[in-house]
Amino acid sequence: MLNEIGVSSAEELFDVIPRELQLGRPLNLPQALSEQELLTHMNALAEKNKRPLSFLGAGAYEHHIPSVVNHILMRSEFYTSYTPYQAEISQGMLQCIFEYQTMIAQITGMDVSNASLYDGATATSEAAFMAVNVTRRNKVLVPWNVHPQTRQVLRTYCNAAGITLIELENQDGLSLQEIIEQSLDHDTAGVILQNPDFFGCIEDLQGIADIVHNNKSLLIASVEPISLALLKPPGQSGVDIAVGDGQSLGNPLSFGGPSLGFMAVKENLLRRMPGRIVGQTKDQDGRRGFVLTLQAREQHIRRQKAMSNICSNQALNALAATVYLATLGKEGFVELATLCMNKAHYAKDLICAIPGFELAFDSPFFCEFAIKCPGNAENIAQQVLQDAQILPGYYLGQEYPELSNGLLIAVTETKTRQDIELLADALAKAAVTGGDLA
Amino acid sequence: MSNPKNLLYTETHEWVKQDGNVAYVGITDYAQDSLGDVVFVELPEKGADIEAGDTLGSIESVKAVSDIYSPVSGTVVEINAELEEAPELLNAAPWDTWIFAVEISNTDELAELLNASEYKAFCEDGEE
Amino acid sequence: MKTNQDFPLIFERSRAGRRALDLPQNDVPTTGKTLPEHLRRQEAAALPEVSQVDLIRHFTALSRRNFGVDNGFYPLGSCTMKYNPKINEDIARIPGFAQIHPEQPPETVQGALQVIYELGRMLSEITAMDEFTLQPAAGAHGELTGLMLIKAYHLHNGDSHKTEVLVPDSAHGTNPASAAMAGFDVVEVKSNMAGLVDLEDLAKKVSDNTAALMLTNPNTLGLFEKDVKEIADIVHAKGGLLYYDGANLNAIMGICRPGDMGFDVVHLNLHKTFSTPHGGGGPGSGPVGVKKPLIPYLPVPTVKQEGQTYTFDYNRPLSIGRVKSFYGNFGVYLKAYAYILAMGPDGLRQASQDAVLNANYLLHQLKECYEVPYPDRCMHEFVISATTQKEYGASALDLAKRLLDFGFHPPTIYFPLIVKEALMIEPTETESKETLDAFVAVMAAIAKEAEETPQALQNAPHHATVSRLDETTAARHPVLKWTGED
Repeated sequence: MLNEIGVSSAEELFDVIPRELQLGRPLNLPQALSEQELLTHMNALAEKNKRPLSFLGAGAYEHHIPSVVNHILMRSEFYTSYTPYQAEISQGMLQCIFEYQTMIAQITGMDVSNASLYDGATATSEAAFMAVNVTRRNKVLVPWNVHPQTRQVLRTYCNAAGITLIELENQDGLSLQEIIEQSLDHDTAGVILQNPDFFGCIEDLQGIADIVHNNKSLLIASVEPISLALLKPPGQSGVDIAVGDGQSLGNPLSFGGPSLGFMAVKENLLRRMPGRIVGQTKDQDGRRGFVLTLQAREQHIRRQKAMSNICSNQALNALAATVYLATLGKEGFVELATLCMNKAHYAKDLICAIPGFELAFDSPFFCEFAIKCPGNAENIAQQVLQDAQILPGYYLGQEYPELSNGLLIAVTETKTRQDIELLADALAKAAVTGGDLA
Repeated sequence: MSNPKNLLYTETHEWVKQDGNVAYVGITDYAQDSLGDVVFVELPEKGADIEAGDTLGSIESVKAVSDIYSPVSGTVVEINAELEEAPELLNAAPWDTWIFAVEISNTDELAELLNASEYKAFCEDGEE
Repeated sequence: MKTNQDFPLIFERSRAGRRALDLPQNDVPTTGKTLPEHLRRQEAAALPEVSQVDLIRHFTALSRRNFGVDNGFYPLGSCTMKYNPKINEDIARIPGFAQIHPEQPPETVQGALQVIYELGRMLSEITAMDEFTLQPAAGAHGELTGLMLIKAYHLHNGDSHKTEVLVPDSAHGTNPASAAMAGFDVVEVKSNMAGLVDLEDLAKKVSDNTAALMLTNPNTLGLFEKDVKEIADIVHAKGGLLYYDGANLNAIMGICRPGDMGFDVVHLNLHKTFSTPHGGGGPGSGPVGVKKPLIPYLPVPTVKQEGQTYTFDYNRPLSIGRVKSFYGNFGVYLKAYAYILAMGPDGLRQASQDAVLNANYLLHQLKECYEVPYPDRCMHEFVISATTQKEYGASALDLAKRLLDFGFHPPTIYFPLIVKEALMIEPTETESKETLDAFVAVMAAIAKEAEETPQALQNAPHHATVSRLDETTAARHPVLKWTGED
């Protein structure tokens, strides 16, 4: 090969690089490991990660991932493929995404979905940008009960783009709707809600939708996908842009990533949606086929005038979500959600029967709820881990100082009755021994 | 197709047809050819007050999006609603398909536009 | 195999009452009404109902209507479609990695934190940067993060007038899009006849308002910007920073490093250079590395080492904040970590060397039948132009579609914008000489076809599962979901 090109050594090919820039030494990295040695090393690292019985939620949820999901994801025609720009040989992935878009539209009750964004928090930020672009106003409102990390990402994005983000504080005696009404003005582009909220509480969005629309602003709702099996979907509550994190749809926890952010909108906002979109069409012989469409809005064409800079979608994670929802099916989806909700309510009943424990908020919930402990919740949680090897939930005091006795508990179908009873026992014991270390 | 002599032109490839104190604006054949198949037209708001050079909307094709600029200042008095259902009219009949109409506030601005031969020369220059 | 029938959608295979999975029975007492009526969903979502065998057949068939690196040669310029090691797929699925929750106490996830810490150190060594964040989820996301870091740096130094970002006309579309999203004005810098940044034009456009110049090296034409030191000096002299788009890092690993060239901020594409799979469009991972002055602005949290323990570091008052929830795409960068350990310093250098060798070999052969704007030498990728073929009636698009008939994925087309009828080719190091020779033979045959029977190209592909698709109708009258109304 070197002869063909006309050089005497491969090093010559790098002659174009100025001498003083060449590294001239090997990289200071560990020597190469064989496959066997690599596996030993990685297994040892994995051993250092513990997996106790866990009731952690707070934006990442443990669900059983059906075996079929992984088998399909491991088809290398899918996972080693590139973005389907060459549609004729990518009908497989394109159709999967079309099916994904359909299912997201179905569960959210919205008109159209895109092919996914990085995660729920960035999807919410992209939705805020959309609201600003569409209304040509510059202010976005977000209340305290939206996931703290979503609000943090929003802050970063809005700061970069010069959008005013108003974070609404809780006010005793006022409802969420009243608080929002106080803050709406002629510069409000959009209002962002989370439902169920970070504490698991479920709200009826229609009233808020009405006041937001009267103000000619857009309503953005971050929703939990599994909950949509049982809750009135955002499409029927006046929501303009529905977003959320799709990790719970067939994707492992994986220490927080990769995940996927879904986005679904009303028909009139279709051309303003960022990200890739797959559309149906026909080929020259009249056969149905699928293509990436509305690409003119995207970065590779529009460049600095693009809707967003986003290039990739989370295709493989979206495929997992598609297979997951197809595996559960219409009835299974409802059945799964019902299991989660029943178990969570059982847990709530058991825990609130323990002296000193009570529900933090008087509100309906799906499978996650906040409780107040008789003492510092962080200490109690540590005690529970130490004594019973259980992770009882997320310590709310770390983001909400007024809730230093607060614990956010998630119960999914992966928890048996026995698991839940163990949790309750452990909490009861820890309250006696650990709660006083406030 | 040669550029009709009764129209005025801009360097951003719009044509202007003056009808009394109203200017009808469309895009030239050169523009529609460069864009390719038009799939969507974003139209301005009726009643909007605008300055010459303002971006009034955009034309989206499969491979590109081009902004439409207003050649004159004034008020948008009409928009061609036909383009909502049939954006392809811009490809099929660029000289006959107006996009929006502006009530001109300052007729002096028309003198700054190009005539057919000046526009032709401008396009040829660009192609070198 | 092409038939005249439409390939069914999963919804069209659906039959009421079918299930693909059995769920466990409810084992807790149900307390009855837990959800008030007005909050309840009234009609179940119309998800499909299929048996497990039908489900598996459906998606298996769909996978066979797709094309991955494991199926054949994928010379997409700028994408680095190298082979994805299978061991990394196994590693990402080890329960100790796949099943840990991001909110677990740090003492229960020391292995994960060690990966994050060590990967950051390894990437710093590879790129000659001082610290990394692994939070960005993709290359474009990394760009946005990098630009936000630059903005924060200038604002903190009182330079709020630095509102312009310079981008070469050969740059990838995400560069100007990211700059705009970060609130900057974009100024384009011309390339000269040799395809490199025009230093004169650069000097004219750099000013006190320049926040940064975004550059990739080698550039998108596959050419090494040999004047990069001078470019860095021009930009730094006016107080601007130099940003490295790491998309083309595969050309220089172990040979030279962006930090040594004068770059202040770097983003990497782990799904390109570091072998993590493209997944049909994602997930990727776009870590960002910085030089010391920018460390205070990095997203939180980072991971630090204290003795034998690893912890999260949230103590960064000047941080730009979070750009994503949790810690980035852990399951993706875990694979990159494994890749670096498996390759070692010599392996990485060899990879870059072979990538450049393969590209030059192809360039040399393809010069015979295609116009090559920059014919002398290239790095890991190069651009050819189909202008000769266009004269016969076959465009770059037609050429690409015809390649599909021969079992090759086409190169990147119509990019970079500064070359007409461009085809950008990047073979990567994981291809054998036989594969490259086969590709050259086919490209030569197609060039001949373009001259003699251009219709064969214009109507291509002939042998894919569908013939050429109507993109115009798809955009004019978008149908973005199944409605069951066919």
